[in-house]
Amino acid sequence: MRCGDFKETYIEDEAIFQSLFVKFWLGLFFVFLLVFPFVASAYLLYVANMIGFAIIAAVGLNLLTGFTGQISLGHAAFVGVGAYTSAILVTRLGFSFWLSIPFAGLVSALAGLVIGIPSLRVKGLYLCIATLASQFIFEFIFIHWESMTNGITGIHIPPPRIGGFEFLTERNFYWITLFFVVLGVGYARNLVRTRMGRAFVAIRDRDLSAEIIGINLFRYKLSAFAISSFYAGVAGALWVTFLKVVTPDHFPFILSIQYLAMIIVGGLGSVLGSIFGAVFITLTPELLNYLSEVVKEYAPGHEEIFVPMKEVIFGLFIVLFLIFEPRGLAEIWHRIKNFFRLWPFSY
Amino acid sequence: MNKPQYQLELQDIQLSFGGLMALHEVSTGVKKGEIFSIIGPNGAGKTCLLNCINRFYHPEKGTILFENRDISHMQPHKIAGMGIARTFQNVELFAHMTVLDNIKLGAHVHLKSGFLSGGIYYGRSRAEEIALRKDIEERIIDLLEIEQIRKQVVHALPYGLQKRVELARALAMRPRVLLLDEPATGMNLEETEDMARFILDINEEWDITIILIEHDMGVVMDISDRICVLDFGEKIAEGKPEEIRHDEKVIKAYLGEEDITYSRLGA
Repeated sequence: MRCGDFKETYIEDEAIFQSLFVKFWLGLFFVFLLVFPFVASAYLLYVANMIGFAIIAAVGLNLLTGFTGQISLGHAAFVGVGAYTSAILVTRLGFSFWLSIPFAGLVSALAGLVIGIPSLRVKGLYLCIATLASQFIFEFIFIHWESMTNGITGIHIPPPRIGGFEFLTERNFYWITLFFVVLGVGYARNLVRTRMGRAFVAIRDRDLSAEIIGINLFRYKLSAFAISSFYAGVAGALWVTFLKVVTPDHFPFILSIQYLAMIIVGGLGSVLGSIFGAVFITLTPELLNYLSEVVKEYAPGHEEIFVPMKEVIFGLFIVLFLIFEPRGLAEIWHRIKNFFRLWPFSY
Repeated sequence: MNKPQYQLELQDIQLSFGGLMALHEVSTGVKKGEIFSIIGPNGAGKTCLLNCINRFYHPEKGTILFENRDISHMQPHKIAGMGIARTFQNVELFAHMTVLDNIKLGAHVHLKSGFLSGGIYYGRSRAEEIALRKDIEERIIDLLEIEQIRKQVVHALPYGLQKRVELARALAMRPRVLLLDEPATGMNLEETEDMARFILDINEEWDITIILIEHDMGVVMDISDRICVLDFGEKIAEGKPEEIRHDEKVIKAYLGEEDITYSRLGA
């Protein structure tokens, strides 16, 4: 029961974590995250890392699309820009992995700024097409700027290290991923509750009104693009370092769509939603894979039907979300919380 | 002739859409601290005039002076920084945000936190947010009596309350001039009276100049210091409520030409 929770100061009322109860469960969850790598298998840790990269990229996209209302179909391209920046800095200029991360973010942000310029003139579907163009332009660059990117053979990346310690395995890399996820989520959550985040939402909800109260549309739309791409760049750099190789195949158009799916399923305009969405979209194919293994074992001969069904089921999930829960997993979470707030005496 | 000292002055504003003349050489001015009403029949150009001040429309001719500075070529978002706030005829709130967030947005130009301090939050940004919250609660929410809805999402609120929230957002801008576009439209008698009282309070206690567009003649005649009457984009009268009430041109604009009125009555 969580009712009867009264606030006495403005500080208490402005806090993110509103009660001891919330802090307790969050603390418990954090302990779980810390213990997880010691008990989980390599495969589970691989999935956990992938979820981490997805969370960082999805939070970034949500800042742009969910909060500021600027639809982007080119998010994977910015992930790619960050990935290549980090790879090139590390392999050619001898940067350490740690230093290459902020640079990957910055170069990506710069690319985002340029791609964001049309957003000042065009909205909605037209902006969609403009960002779609960026996706294909960058894909083209990754493949054809061979002197820099090695074309389709890609670049091999050495594992990050501190002193003599190499982050070679999934288990070691988990700590790096966890660190950046916590940092990225914390930053986004704080950003959206202060001046800049509010301005983003104002632009999404009613841009004329936003201008009237003194919000510089030009500056804030571009900032949203830059910050969003920064996240994408960091996610990309981490991801390819984890994979130890970067090729143009890693950043297809379908990945951009997947990031969009994450924030739609998770909940547009919600940082928590981006986390849920990233977990859901990353886990579902893995679960379906597992299911198809089970089917193969217990009903041999049927896998020809089930394997293509995976894609169908995945698509079905997204359609069902759009119809029944357009505000995403975050809204479901909200309802569950509200239910237990007064449980067991709901009136 | 002695020229009066205006805080906001419009000189020969002309605006047309294609062949339609929306405003024709309108000149007027508002003195500091007064409640200045703009009235006129539908389509007279009242809202157009406000839109020119906000720079949504760009008049073909004429200058707008605010505290002796020419603002006719400023960008809309800079106008807010100058101290000119506005509410709209059709409520233009951020529908998916809470009342509190809407009001906080009003204070945007007075806040300093950027993408770094905002993201870090603890320290400067937090101090700023808490001070802002305190200011909004004690100065604005208390005045406009919207305590009970502060955490609700705006689009679910009844129209009358939305109008009040919009006023609250404008007040959070700490304006020196407040443009109110039909603040009492669609309200019942009690709500209208409340709104009139708020406008008077704001004007007197905070010393904010108010430019008001309103169709409710009771309100306009009651609270205005001066009134400007527009008809088909032209200013036909300006003066104290008493003078306007008895101005022949104004009566004609509202009731139509005398002979037509009589012929209709006769038929």
